[in-house]
Amino acid sequence: MSVPLEEVDRIAGLAKLQFSADEKSKFAAQFNQIIQYIEKLAELDLTQVEPMSQVGVGINVFRDDCVQPSLTVEQVLANAPARKLDFFSVPKVIG
Amino acid sequence: MENRNSMFSSLRSQLAKQETSCLQITRGCLDKIDKGAPMNAFIAVQAERALRQAQQVDEKIRRNKAGRLAGMVVAIKDNLAVSGESTTCGSKMLKNFVPPYQATVIDRLLAEDAVLIGKTNMDEYAMGSSTENSAFGPVRNPHDLTRVAGGSSGGSAAAVAAGMCTAALGSDTGGSIRQPAAFCGVVGLKPTYGRVSRYGLIAYASSLDQIGPFGRDVYDCALLLEVIAGKDPRDATSSDTAVPPFHTAVGQPVKGLRIGIPREYAGDGLQPEIEQALRRAAERLADSGAEVCSVSLPHSEYAIAAYYVIATAEASSNLARYDGAHYGFAANQRSDLEEMYVHTRTQGFGSEVKRRIMLGTYVLSSGYYDAYYRKALQARTVIKSDFITALDQVDCLLTPTTPTTAFKLGEKIDDPLTMYLSDIFTVSVNLAGLPAISFPFGRDENNLPIGLQMIGRPFDESTILRTAGLLSEL
Repeated sequence: MSVPLEEVDRIAGLAKLQFSADEKSKFAAQFNQIIQYIEKLAELDLTQVEPMSQVGVGINVFRDDCVQPSLTVEQVLANAPARKLDFFSVPKVIG
Repeated sequence: MENRNSMFSSLRSQLAKQETSCLQITRGCLDKIDKGAPMNAFIAVQAERALRQAQQVDEKIRRNKAGRLAGMVVAIKDNLAVSGESTTCGSKMLKNFVPPYQATVIDRLLAEDAVLIGKTNMDEYAMGSSTENSAFGPVRNPHDLTRVAGGSSGGSAAAVAAGMCTAALGSDTGGSIRQPAAFCGVVGLKPTYGRVSRYGLIAYASSLDQIGPFGRDVYDCALLLEVIAGKDPRDATSSDTAVPPFHTAVGQPVKGLRIGIPREYAGDGLQPEIEQALRRAAERLADSGAEVCSVSLPHSEYAIAAYYVIATAEASSNLARYDGAHYGFAANQRSDLEEMYVHTRTQGFGSEVKRRIMLGTYVLSSGYYDAYYRKALQARTVIKSDFITALDQVDCLLTPTTPTTAFKLGEKIDDPLTMYLSDIFTVSVNLAGLPAISFPFGRDENNLPIGLQMIGRPFDESTILRTAGLLSEL
């Protein structure tokens, strides 16, 4: 199956990415080639097979809920692109 | 005690007798880094810090208080956080990022007196098989500067091969340690999933990522693994399985071991010299008293498809955090949130990263989830069970690491699918969570190193170190 350009736009919207018209046509061609390749999986009859999202590790790993040393506010904000007082500064969220 | 299979172990005797010093070794590496600048193996070299550290290690050697890695100069893939030093992940997105915390593996190296010499170049976010996707330019292969070093840990592999460090750390999600090790003629080990803490590793695909060592020989990898392995409360996926003294496995006889060669791995596209090398390795093992037989991994041909669905799905989720608000690159366009996100991500990520985020978003999106993502997770179950069945019959598996030796720079960069297919012998190991090691075994007609791979049972790195230790030779 082939992925139309509008679908590429929809996925880019979900991924918060933008492509120029040139990029988009080159990209759509590569994308389709890769999708066609992974269609290979459809050959397999896997109806009775459980999906495996994680390998060989305990599902729940518990620890005691106690206070541990952690980063200071200054350390946390040291890489912030924009800062106001002790907060990350972002564009206005509520209209 | 000196191990005859190890250059490092003889170096340790020289250090003890003060015939050489850690400072001298470190200076030698810095000199090689200067001379090898065209290889572009490093993103950052910490010369001053390394020299200062080397002097401290020499002082400890004099007082007989040196750790297990004293005299070892280690380079670090630039997706591992070293506190207070820039950690770029090969991306414009993290070009100016200075982590306020440190990866557990770095703490463990320092505790055993390794000297850290710098951060190595890599494919952006560890996505690639050639280190041509780095925002800091491609890495060149030390054996032939017109060829790639492999990827994504290409800088680490090239640095070890060129003597710019004694050993290095990398990360392996689908072959990113083993494939560059094979291309550069060094040893690279991907430990069992859960063997090494990933605290401080910048995530690519969390159910597949694992940190591992590169070395000039199998012994160095074994020693490094011993130091970095083990439970860490900061990584809930790290295992509390006991860590044996791996270095003692190197040099042990292989007599009586059963070694399987998967018949599915001998198909079309395998370079004839690599097939010959595999046959020679099998003969050598048989001559040493191991029993070599053929085994089957029937679902091998689905591994690449399953891998690229699962890895990109996880990547699209992991990389959602790069939003221009908390750390890393931020676009100037910030009039509203949507604009900030889109411009930051569009300008900050390179094209391969975008391609994988898009693919991952697609396979997870409504309407496609069952057809692709769920199906890939089911394929993962049967791929793993193939390995478990095979490893019930034999102690470990011998395969090629790569279908070809190092390819030319630019050869595959515009054809992502062909690039993905170069991971054919490595990705299934990550899907199954198994340990595997790539070691050099001869050269092809262009004098390029050939790498072979040994795959073991979960948490049985000792057996693959033992068998690779017998065979490894450039």
